[in-house]
Order: sequence, then C-alpha cells, then structure tokens
Amino acid sequence: MEALMNWLEAQLADNSIFTLQTLSYYGQGLTTTVQLVFLSLIIGLVMAVPLAIGRGSKKAWLRLPIFFYCYVFRGTPLLVQLYLIYYGVVFVEGIQESWLWVILEKPFVPALIAFTLNTAAYTTEIFRGAIKATPKGEIEAARAYGMSRGLMMRRIVLPSAFRRALPAYGNEVIFMLHASAIASVVTIMDLTGAARFVYARFYAPFDAFLFVAAIYLCLTFAILYLFRYLEKRLLAHLKPASG
Amino acid sequence: MADTPIPLEVQNIKKRFGDTEVLKGLSLQAHKGDVITLIGASGSGKSTFLRCMNLLEQPNEGELFVHGEQIRFKETRHGREPADWKQVVNMRARLSMVFQSFNLWAHMTLLENVIEAPVHVLGKSRQAATEHARALLERVGLAERADYYPAQLSGGQQQRGAIARALAMDPEVMLFDEPTSALDPELVGDVLKVMRDLAEEGRTMIVVTHEMAFARDVSTQVIYLHQGQVEEAGPPAEVLGNPKSERLKQFLAPKH
Amino acid sequence: MIDLHGYGPRLAEGALITIELGILSLILAVILGLLTASAKMSRSWPLRRLATLYTTIIRGVPDLVLMMLLFFGGQIGINMFTDWLYTQFDVDIFINVNEFVAGVITIGLIFGAYMGETFRGAFLAVDSGQIEAGRAYGMTHWLVFRRIRFPQMMRHALPGLSNNWMVLLKTTALVSVIGLSDMVRVAAEASKATREPFTFMIIVAAIYLLIASVSEWGFARLQKRYDIGYGEAD
Repeated sequence: MEALMNWLEAQLADNSIFTLQTLSYYGQGLTTTVQLVFLSLIIGLVMAVPLAIGRGSKKAWLRLPIFFYCYVFRGTPLLVQLYLIYYGVVFVEGIQESWLWVILEKPFVPALIAFTLNTAAYTTEIFRGAIKATPKGEIEAARAYGMSRGLMMRRIVLPSAFRRALPAYGNEVIFMLHASAIASVVTIMDLTGAARFVYARFYAPFDAFLFVAAIYLCLTFAILYLFRYLEKRLLAHLKPASG
Repeated sequence: MADTPIPLEVQNIKKRFGDTEVLKGLSLQAHKGDVITLIGASGSGKSTFLRCMNLLEQPNEGELFVHGEQIRFKETRHGREPADWKQVVNMRARLSMVFQSFNLWAHMTLLENVIEAPVHVLGKSRQAATEHARALLERVGLAERADYYPAQLSGGQQQRGAIARALAMDPEVMLFDEPTSALDPELVGDVLKVMRDLAEEGRTMIVVTHEMAFARDVSTQVIYLHQGQVEEAGPPAEVLGNPKSERLKQFLAPKH
Repeated sequence: MIDLHGYGPRLAEGALITIELGILSLILAVILGLLTASAKMSRSWPLRRLATLYTTIIRGVPDLVLMMLLFFGGQIGINMFTDWLYTQFDVDIFINVNEFVAGVITIGLIFGAYMGETFRGAFLAVDSGQIEAGRAYGMTHWLVFRRIRFPQMMRHALPGLSNNWMVLLKTTALVSVIGLSDMVRVAAEASKATREPFTFMIIVAAIYLLIASVSEWGFARLQKRYDIGYGEAD
C-alpha cells in the first residue's frame, strides 16, 4: 500500500491539478454517487413491485393514485422534484428543532428521497409493461391448474416479468447514474460535485469535467456489461434452441 | 427489321454476388415493339438480369445502350459504378419498371403514385400529369380507386395501378419483374389482360414471368435462362413449341 | 388565488425560455440526428466510427457534466481561440458564451445522439422496395430522400421522436444550474426568498405536465398524418 501511494505520488509530481488531495475528492465523490444511486435503486425497486401490481388492478381507488404518482414523477424534471423535497424539508415549521433534523440537515437524505421516488415511478411503469406482456397462455395454464391470484402472481407472472423487464431496467439504472449528477446542485459532494469543486478551485474545466466524464463512462460500461451478462444468464431460455 | 430503332440493348452482362457468378455474359436486343419474355427456374438469374438493365443491380461487366447511347462506367473502390449518375437517372426515366411486389408508395394515394415521377422527374405540370393519370387509371380499370391508398387495394388492383404508374412515364421500354407472381390466382387474369393490351398497341416490353401462356401468345421472343446463361432463345413457337434441350423440355413439362 | 409574491411575470418569462430552449434544441437535435443516422449507415468507415464514438460518449456521460464541460470549457476554448487570433492576425474580438446558446448547443448535442438511433432504426424500417421503385423511375438520390424515404421514415420515427422530446423537455431544467433564468431557476429563487417552495415548485411541475400533455396531443395528430396509407393494413 505504502509503495503504491509512493508510486502514485511520483506519477502526480508534475501535475498541479490532479494531486492526491483532489483525487481523494473524486474518490469520496465516487463513494457518494454509488451510495446514492445504489440505495435509491434498491428502495425504488422494492417499492415498484407492489406499485406495478396495483397499477394494473381493477379497483380504481388503487389504480388511479398510482397512475397519478407515476404520471407526475415521470412527467416533471428530477431537478424540480429534488428542489421540492430539499427546500420543502428545510422550510417545514419546527423541523429544525425536532430530532429528525439530525438526518435531514444533510442534503443526502432529501436527495435520496427524491431519487427513490423518481426511480420507483419509472420502474413501476417498466414492470407494469412487463406484467402486461405475460403471454395469455401462461396465465390460462396457471388458472387451469387451480392457482389462486396471489400464487399465480408470485410463481408465474412476476418471475417471467422480471426477466422481460431486465433490458429496460438496465437503461433505468444507467439513467439514474447520470441523473444523480444533479445531487451536486444541492451541495452534495458526489462525483460531479467533486468535479465542480476542482473546476472552481483551479479554473480548469477540461481537466475537471473530462476526468469525471471518463469515470462516468467507465461506470456506464460496467453497468451495461453487468446487465448484458444478467440477460444472457436469465433470458437464455427465451432464445431459440441452437443445434 | 434492321431499320427499326433499338431502344434498349445490353451486351455481355456479367454479375457476381461474392464468389458466385449469377449472370455469365448475357446479351439482348430490344427492337421497338418487341415483347421479350425471360423464363427459367428460380435462381436462373432472370430477375437479376432484368434489374441490371436499369442498373438497380450494378453488373460487374457488360455494356448498356439506350437508343444507341452507351452508359459509361468507372471502377471505384466499391466495384464498377456508373460514371455519370445523371445519365443513369435519365435512362431510368425512359425505362419504367413494374415490380413483383408492386412497390406502390404506401404514403401516397394511387393518383399521387401515378403523377409522382412525371411531375418530379419529368417536370410535367401537375395538371397535365393528373389528367393523363386519370386516363391511365381508367384504362386499367381503376378510375374509381384514384384516391385510395395502396393498402386499401387488392394485390391485383395494386399491380394494375403500378402499371398505370409505369405508363405515366411514356416509357420507351417497360420492364416487368414477375408481375403476377405475388398475386392470388384469381387476380392474375386482370393484370395479364392489361399487359396483353399493351403488347398489342406496340409497346416494347421485357417481361420476366412464369406465365407460359402469356409467353407463348404475346411475346416476339422468348429467352430461356439456366444458371445465368442463355440455354435457348428465339420465337415462342420455336422455343416453347419445339424445345431442343432436355432442361427446357423438363421445365415446360406439366407439373404434377 | 395563489399568492406569487410578485414572481408571476418572471415565472412566465422563465416558462417562455424553457419552451424556446426546448424547441430550438429539438431542431438542432433532429438535424444532428439525421446526420448521425446517415453517417452510421454510410459506406465510409471513418464516418461510421465517428458517429459511434459520438453516440457512445454522449450516452455514457451525464447531461449535467456535458453541459458544464461545454459551458465552462467552451468559454475558455473560445478565449484561447480569440487570443490566438489576436496574437497571430491582430484580430481583436471577444465572444461571450451566452447561457442560452450554450444550453441549446449542449441539449441539441446530447439529444442528437439519441435521435440518431431513432432515425437509424426508422430508416432501416422503410421497405427497400419503396426506394427501389423511386430509383427505377429516374429519381435522384435527393428526390428519393425527400419524397419517399423521409415521409415513410417519419412514421417509424415519430414514437421515438416524441419520447425523446419528453425527455429533452425535462432536461432543459438543467440549464438553471449554469445560470439561465428558466422557470426552474426562477422558482428556486422564489422558494428561497419566500420560504414557500411548495407553491412555486408545484406550479412549475404543473407547467411541465401541461407542456407534455399538449405535445403528446400534437404528436398523436402528426402520427395520424404520417400513418396515412397504413391504417387499414396494420
């Protein structure tokens, strides 16, 4: 480790911008970005499953509010949602005196809430489409074998819907990674936040932003390959048999 | 015969797709008023030959003459190409093609299809083109269908419409690429009837077809192709009435 | 009525900027998209490579990062260029990167990459027989494009185009970060000043939804126009 740091230091010796100090900003930014994106995706995913089922319900009181939620969160900019929650939380009467303030004081939590609500809305629509695309025959077969609605959903519909949703969900993950850049607007030191800091400090936009662009590009490719691998594994059964 | 003009002549056309040579040096001379039918099994190269005549396919070798005017070629990185696309565009406007799958433009009504090229390629006035188009549609029995879109017409109607579109160019030669092959049997008759009429009024036509009755009754010359070569050619009575090669005999034998 | 604390007119101006920005970037994106699609389908491999590089980079990097790179970097780049002009040719000009222009260029550049994919798919969806018929009747390359390829392609491109426009519209909100007074920036300022974030943000959200709904209606009408001739068959 010591040797590695020394080597790195030597490499950076002539570089006035990318010092160990600035690289550590980018490193912390990377951690924050990954945390923010990962947490919001996981929570959003958990929310989206019941929402997607409810979205296709016959009961209007269940279906319509979910529809409205998706419509609003998919139809407005994430930045507006972020501002709404970020400023909304700050200006709630008395919140600054309550115990909640300890966690809400940091912009991380409002941002996490905004991102989660946003991705949950998109994911709900992705799942709904995948559930709707379940072949009629599979549902009929499940009925014919006497499965209850719940059992059918759990055993037949959802497992195949998840697989069908995989390509679209992969896009959503990349979309969230990119969208998370706006966290820097509410002073979060994510990857973009780090780049903005370095830009402001050294007035070197090309170095600061090209470097961070390269990191995002790598992350995007990593996600892309992960999903391609998952698709290969999980969707293999849908391909026509070879040989 | 020697004095009649020759609107289209092709010499020694060769065409390769990758390593396979599909046309092995084909020639043809269309005198004014000729109806030349190209017959042969599928894969014999007859459609490719026809498509080389208006350069929808680029022949690797060979020459084309439209009214004696030679089409110029040049060698490029991508193979042999026409040297002057203007010349080709000009040539194509004089040779109308009727396709197997009609290829009427789907976003235009029948009437719009018929006037499209006369207005935009030949530079005719819209009014004159429309008048001519209505007369042509009347002639192929589609006067009432002028404002329909292709998707609203039967295959036979579409093909007759496509023939009207070809006629609207006042073509010197009409190229027919298996015009009845995509049609239901009961719709073939109407299309063939229109084609017979055209032959009778002295149109110069080159027809790729499987309709042996048409070839026998209407054409002035029949060319039987096999694997990209002319196996037999001549007047229909000779080629179809008295085939010499074993292959042609087999080809003409009634299918069971 | 809702009390806007005097921010009403500025909010309206901001909404107008959002719409102008959206439409101008859409036009730029469509032009770039058509060029990208043509490059991707071209026979020349350097062009294909260039187009692929462009779409890959744009789709791999966040919009906001690209915007900052172009806005902050663009100014420095232009300054370097004008300095060079001055030292080399004694030409003294000063070009200030205007936020609005930077916004249009960035958003146009980003969505040009997405449009490129949309258009490429749409061009490939056009039946080749339709184009052959055009060529067989002596149409030039350009005439075939204008009269046949383009109108038929549009039918296939419209759903993707509409989708891209909806995303583009929301992306315009990012220009508030580089200092352009679109409606999001006005609303953010008003929220801080009046301590009433809900009033302003909800109004802005409603305007976005309104624009989206109107565009959806418009695109449905356009689709109807380009579907002409296909209705009965499909």
